[in-house]
Amino acid sequence: MFDSLTDRLQDVFKRLRGHAKLSEKQVQEVMREIRLALLEADVNFKVAKEFVSQVQERAVGQEVLQSLTPAQQVIKIVNEEMVELLGSKENAVNFSGKLPVTIMLIGLQGSGKTTAAAKLARHLKSKGRSPMLVAADVYRPAAVEQLKVLGEKIGVEVTGSANQKPLDIVEKAVKAALKAGHDTVIIDTAGRLHIDSEMMQEISQIKKRFKPQEILLTVDAMTGQDAVNVALAFKEQVDFDGIVLTKLDGDARGGAALSMRAVTGKPIKFASVGEKLEDLEPFYPDRMASRILGMGDMLSLIEKAQSAYDENKAAELERKLRKQQFTLEDFLDQMQELKKMGPLDQLLGMVPGLGQKMKGVSFDEGQMKRVEAIIQSMTRDERVNPNIIGASRRKRIAAGSGTTTQDVNRLLQQFKEMQKLMKQFGKLGGRKASRAFPFQM
Amino acid sequence: MAQGDKKEARKDRKEGKKLEREQRRAARRSSEQEFLRETGEAAGELGEIDEAALEAEALGYAAEEAAAGAEAQSEASEAEWEPGAEVEEPAEPEEARKGWLRKLREGLSRSRTGLTMPLSRALAARRFDEDFWENAEEILISADVGLPMSVEVVEAVKTRLTALKVKEPEEALQAFKDVVAEKLSVGETGIKFNPDGVTVILVVGVNGTGKTTTIAKLANYMHEQGKTVILAAADTFRAAAIEQLEVWGERVGVHTVKHRPGSDSAAVAYDAVEAAQARGIDAVIVDTAGRLHTKVNLMEELRKIKRIVERKVPVTEVLLVLDATTGQNGLIQARQFKETVGVTGIVLTKLDGTAKGGIVVAIEHELGIPIKFIGVGEKMHDLLPFDPTGFAEALFS
Ligand SMILES: Nc1nc2c(ncn2[C@@H]2O[C@H](COP(=O)(O)OP(=O)(O)OP(=O)(O)O)[C@@H](O)[C@H]2O)c(=O)[nH]1
Ligand SMILES: Nc1nc2c(ncn2[C@@H]2O[C@H](COP(=O)(O)OP(=O)(O)OP(=O)(O)O)[C@@H](O)[C@H]2O)c(=O)[nH]1
Ligand SMILES: [Mg+2]
Ligand SMILES: [Mg+2]
Repeated sequence: MFDSLTDRLQDVFKRLRGHAKLSEKQVQEVMREIRLALLEADVNFKVAKEFVSQVQERAVGQEVLQSLTPAQQVIKIVNEEMVELLGSKENAVNFSGKLPVTIMLIGLQGSGKTTAAAKLARHLKSKGRSPMLVAADVYRPAAVEQLKVLGEKIGVEVTGSANQKPLDIVEKAVKAALKAGHDTVIIDTAGRLHIDSEMMQEISQIKKRFKPQEILLTVDAMTGQDAVNVALAFKEQVDFDGIVLTKLDGDARGGAALSMRAVTGKPIKFASVGEKLEDLEPFYPDRMASRILGMGDMLSLIEKAQSAYDENKAAELERKLRKQQFTLEDFLDQMQELKKMGPLDQLLGMVPGLGQKMKGVSFDEGQMKRVEAIIQSMTRDERVNPNIIGASRRKRIAAGSGTTTQDVNRLLQQFKEMQKLMKQFGKLGGRKASRAFPFQM
Repeated sequence: MAQGDKKEARKDRKEGKKLEREQRRAARRSSEQEFLRETGEAAGELGEIDEAALEAEALGYAAEEAAAGAEAQSEASEAEWEPGAEVEEPAEPEEARKGWLRKLREGLSRSRTGLTMPLSRALAARRFDEDFWENAEEILISADVGLPMSVEVVEAVKTRLTALKVKEPEEALQAFKDVVAEKLSVGETGIKFNPDGVTVILVVGVNGTGKTTTIAKLANYMHEQGKTVILAAADTFRAAAIEQLEVWGERVGVHTVKHRPGSDSAAVAYDAVEAAQARGIDAVIVDTAGRLHTKVNLMEELRKIKRIVERKVPVTEVLLVLDATTGQNGLIQARQFKETVGVTGIVLTKLDGTAKGGIVVAIEHELGIPIKFIGVGEKMHDLLPFDPTGFAEALFS
């Protein structure tokens, strides 16, 4: 139904060009598209509106980085703002206070509480804690069994029975945990609607009585506009410390994360990414932001356009260049890195400023493939130390890569020259050496 | 000199991080492998069907499935982290930011009436201006109808108002409800029965939408209509899924056919149909494990269940259970399930909450799948036949 945001933005990109500062009009044009992308991602419409107008205000008048187009610059700002909003310092579990540390999971029906409880237990156990699971869902058929089956899988004790009151279950469990030397108690509660005041009362009573260090609201990543109502109601009636965002292994864009964070201020502490008990992750605000914006490709291009190369790799490469250890293997790596970014001519066309400079240079992908094939036909030793490649090896490599010995010769020759060049760069100590694609065939 | 040292140290750190990443990747690969083995085994288990041909097919299937699983699992997650360790640490929000967030929070805690009020006010003032249409669009969007569909509804209403020369506010509001209700009146409602044998109803959907509970409600509904029903516990994957269905079966008073946890789902469904045929039972309702529509191997498993059952009798209903809190992803889900197993109807659950389930408007419009029932609670009587007019009414209240 929708083209991807990146596609739709192509138009805007074409129109907006070359200003030193972002004008109001430029920012507005991009922001309109951003707002649509947010709605498509299920960000609550009010949150989307406010977020966009807030970022818009900040973006106008900002300088456009030399390496970016105005539109890219706006997106960069949007992305940064979103990462900042989604992120938080308080994303760790609170283990301070009286033992046993008590963690309680709450949320709507079917959001993934029971699964998340078991996952947390597994995780904490693997970190050396001694957790106990408490089944306080006495309503859903076989809810207690479900937790027991999961507990057994991970070797964690489970208490609770469907014939008792949740408050009593927790009371007994806490006592039992202390006696058995468990330092952590994880309470699984029944799913409930935020408008069911009796059920909401039940968990606030547990909270009042046992003062859990962590109350985690479990929310399905597929949730739509209603996420704000749910999160606000749980906050007002019970209050919680963090959010577990579940079912992120699907393709939902997960705008609920932004909505809930914006309206409750509560951090998202965990991401659940599957049905298996090891499928629990910390929450990564940057990944979430590009998921919500639905433009991972664009963002990575912006990143690359800024730094031209992955920082770590660049540093690694720089080190090798200085020590003159840059091998054909590294070269192959670098080529593949570049290829990952997409068809070269398209890619270069998108990098502002480059399009012009690259006019005379044709990037022949066929030739790149040939170079790749040649290097791939070499042994590891040969790649690391091309000096050992004599006539017979050249013949073998040519045959293996479906090229001629002339092709192999040319590559080796160019590589040698490049190494020389690198040496000079190395002496200059320039970072730039590692930035450019070293070869032009 | 000193600066050089610092640089070296930084590089070392970077190298260390790289190594860490690689180790993590390796750990991930090995856990993926473990998982594949697990699923491969589960798929290979055959249950109690003795038909040789069926066995051969299911075995061939296991290999296919493992291959599909390899693809589906390729984008796995990073494995380990410290519980107390900080993850990423963007800076604290600044004062300005806090300002707009506070405003937003205040605005939102005023409830939904805040949303429909301007519309009523505009209607009362007979002012069909830009603000009015924008407000109407927002009401639709806030009900998860989605932007493209909301725009379409608004356009349809505009046309209608002009054509009918509507002046009265009540009529304008009615036009909105009518347009939505019309879009929702596609296809047949109610359960279609097989005239020449056992009726098989396959219940599918993503995780946690309410499939098992809906089956209990449906069984009860049919039971009350004088039909005989048995349940097939074909969710052999989720912890205690079989017990959950069994408890419901007992409450409703219908039999549940089950195998061991982890056994072949298709075999369970097949056995249930066979049992129904032998005992002259009217209908079999098959509970399947929740699965995300993006998981290729799991979607294939669903196709297989249907195929194997259809060696006995045609599957007359494939019901997709959709959670009303679901946003725009609902459309993608419906599209994918339709493509894989040919969905014949939707059950929209959890409408007893505050979510409106508006995505079904887009689903009906694009895919033409009728909504057959709605779920309005966790008890077995909390199932209602779908009523387009009532649904449209609720969207605008
Ligand atoms: N794909 C996927 N499925 C998940 C995830 N987390 C939970 N599930 C599944 O979602 C369904 C519901 O999970 P539960 O843990 O039973 O949810 P709950 O919140 O305890 O449900 P109630 O107790 O009924 O309110 C099950 O099928 C789980 O296997 C996840 O991260 N990804
Ligand atoms: N409020 C409300 N809760 C519902 C409704 N339908 C189901 N539920 C609840 O939603 C939760 C999940 O229901 P299940 O029937 O287990 O869902 P499922 O789709 O079978 O879940 P999996 O098999 O794990 O994928 C349970 O707590 C149900 O009680 C409904 O219409 N309204
Ligand atoms: Mg549960
Ligand atoms: Mg189920």
